[in-house]
Amino acid sequence: MIYNFFYSITGSLLIADIIQSLLPLFIFILPFALFAVWLERKVSAHMQDRLGPMRVGSHGWLQTIADIMKLVQKEDIVATENDKPLFNIAPVLVFVGTYAAFAAIPFSSAYIGSNIDLGIFFIIAVSGFVVAGILMAGWSSNNKYSLLGAMRSAAQIISYEIPTILVIITIIMITGTLNLNTLSEMQTGHFWNWMILGGPQLGIVKFLLIPFMIIGFVIIYISTLAEVNRTPFDIPEAESELVSGYHTEYTGMKFAMFFLAEYANMFAVSAIVTVLFFGGYQSPIGYLGNLLHLKWLIPIEQLFWFTTKGIFFVFVQMWLRWTLPRLRVDQLMAACWKYLIPIAFVNLIIIGLITLL
Amino acid sequence: MALKTEQMILNMGPQHPATHGVLRLELELEGEIIQSVQPHIGYLHRCFEKHAEAMTYPQVIPYVDRMDYLASMYNEFGYVIGVEKLLGIQVPERVEYIRVIMGELQRIASHLVAIGTYGMDIGAFTPFLYCFRDREKILSLFEMTCGARLLYNYFWVGGLSHDLHPDFVRSAKEFVKYFRPNIKELNDLLTNNRIFIDRTANVGVLPLETAINYGITGPNLRGSGFKWDLRKDDPYSIYNKFDFDIPTGQGLVGTVGDCWDRYYVRIQEMEQSLRIIEQALDQLPDGDVTSAIPKRVKPPIGQVYSRVENPKGELGYFIISDGSVNPFRIKVRGPSFVHLGVMNEICKGHMVADVIAILGSIDIVLGEVDR
Repeated sequence: MIYNFFYSITGSLLIADIIQSLLPLFIFILPFALFAVWLERKVSAHMQDRLGPMRVGSHGWLQTIADIMKLVQKEDIVATENDKPLFNIAPVLVFVGTYAAFAAIPFSSAYIGSNIDLGIFFIIAVSGFVVAGILMAGWSSNNKYSLLGAMRSAAQIISYEIPTILVIITIIMITGTLNLNTLSEMQTGHFWNWMILGGPQLGIVKFLLIPFMIIGFVIIYISTLAEVNRTPFDIPEAESELVSGYHTEYTGMKFAMFFLAEYANMFAVSAIVTVLFFGGYQSPIGYLGNLLHLKWLIPIEQLFWFTTKGIFFVFVQMWLRWTLPRLRVDQLMAACWKYLIPIAFVNLIIIGLITLL
Repeated sequence: MALKTEQMILNMGPQHPATHGVLRLELELEGEIIQSVQPHIGYLHRCFEKHAEAMTYPQVIPYVDRMDYLASMYNEFGYVIGVEKLLGIQVPERVEYIRVIMGELQRIASHLVAIGTYGMDIGAFTPFLYCFRDREKILSLFEMTCGARLLYNYFWVGGLSHDLHPDFVRSAKEFVKYFRPNIKELNDLLTNNRIFIDRTANVGVLPLETAINYGITGPNLRGSGFKWDLRKDDPYSIYNKFDFDIPTGQGLVGTVGDCWDRYYVRIQEMEQSLRIIEQALDQLPDGDVTSAIPKRVKPPIGQVYSRVENPKGELGYFIISDGSVNPFRIKVRGPSFVHLGVMNEICKGHMVADVIAILGSIDIVLGEVDR
């Protein structure tokens, strides 16, 4: 819809393409990352009996912008022993991996970066870039802490992709589509049509599905926590052990790239969970636009619902981070291979049997 | 052809978020498995013992504060008891009571730092700030008493620098009432947390025999299951007048002597310290706290070894007097220094992350290791 709009204005496919692909970066990822960093600081502060940033702007809402200004002005330090090409390309690669994932996320029925049929598959594939970037960062830093952090991170992200994918397969079995936009459309109506409550179908199958969908949701949420390196799985950057893991050696804007990617990634995985289980951009209670017969209002409402759901899951991630201690690296692997993956497999088989009914 | 492999040497510290001050640990790693740990100390060495030889006896007290800066009151406690023994002074009863109250408040403050930073080492940042919030209240009590918040110079040879603030007893009772529920909160947040237990139970097990061989004392020894507390076993001051228990490690979630046990002993000790403070506040007699302070501290020729149960373990002072106003020699037996020695023994075969957990659980303060 937006694509056609720009195409009609400029008359050039290329320009419409560029605008279409840059839109999420400027209207969403950057503002969201700024907001999320501020939110994280405020959430943690209030959980810890503190106030958090209070000076820059009302309740410190401009603090992140001030921080970014500072980071931009900082000297870009590259140590002589660093592997320069890899060192420079790593933050870009991490950021690109995260950013590309946003292309297939449907923000509302009117806006999806690229409405491809392999949506979810595409997201999983491009997320793989992040691992390569992290490994490059750890290796090129020529720092033992960075190397340990990068190795852990790669092992962790690759391991936890398996339960994530196993859960995603269950959704695909039920809905028969990989397209995230179609998936969101299917969950239209009220909240009882969401996948977590058995999806849009009726009858006994729906009720049989509910417990297994909840198990699936828990598994995918835990796995995504691990994939974005959040507590209790923040082992790659475990502050008390590895200083700050793979980005120890980075300064200035390159560090900010990692930082930005981390927060953007938090939203990306929350968005995936939202689309798969919580109706994507669908409203839980119906649309005001339908009520008032204002058709243009619906996509805006959808955008609101989508970001609200996404930010809620981001908030839960923060909540967990400031409550829980951190697992050890072998316990992390044990949790994945001994518990999550077998449970995910059993879940997959049971849901497969149910869908045969 | 076999590949040439070598072990990785990782220098942890001196600038590292988890070394509790300036400590360098030389880790020899096989992958992430520890082969050996070699602590390198001395970054905070301030020649305390040598300095003391050029000072008069009362002038040493501020230096004593700066050893274990998280338990300054207790450092003074051990030192003044030693000098008083040399001089043969009997201090007024009120002084003894106030010393016990301050000492136990200090124990809670020190344990709060130990527990808070331990949580942070394991990755839980929030309990750390909760602990510091409560420690702040204790520091305010100290500030109310002597004006200082960290380095007090409050215990003097033969007495105290000031009497208590008129409001102190009420504030201290309020604190006790306020703090009790917070221990429970800490238990909910950390002690019984599944992840915390996974990280600390069966990790860094310190068997009782090893502990005794290495001269481990304090909560670390008690964590290994041995009931040894100088407050009961070699009573000094007026500790024999109070009713309190000595918690020991029971291996409730793992093996006796693991990190969790050492941690939990500290939690329980805070409870016991509260009991002592309550009793002392109720029995607090009247009197003049400065009456027994000698005009000139000039002990006769002789030597004395005084030891107290510091929050970290047995803190001993060996003081030799040559009859002048300056001590001939002061030798400190610091618990942190002794405890650091056992690192290599209990870290072997664990992972890098466990080194942090173990180092946090033996609770050292580098100010006292290096002196």
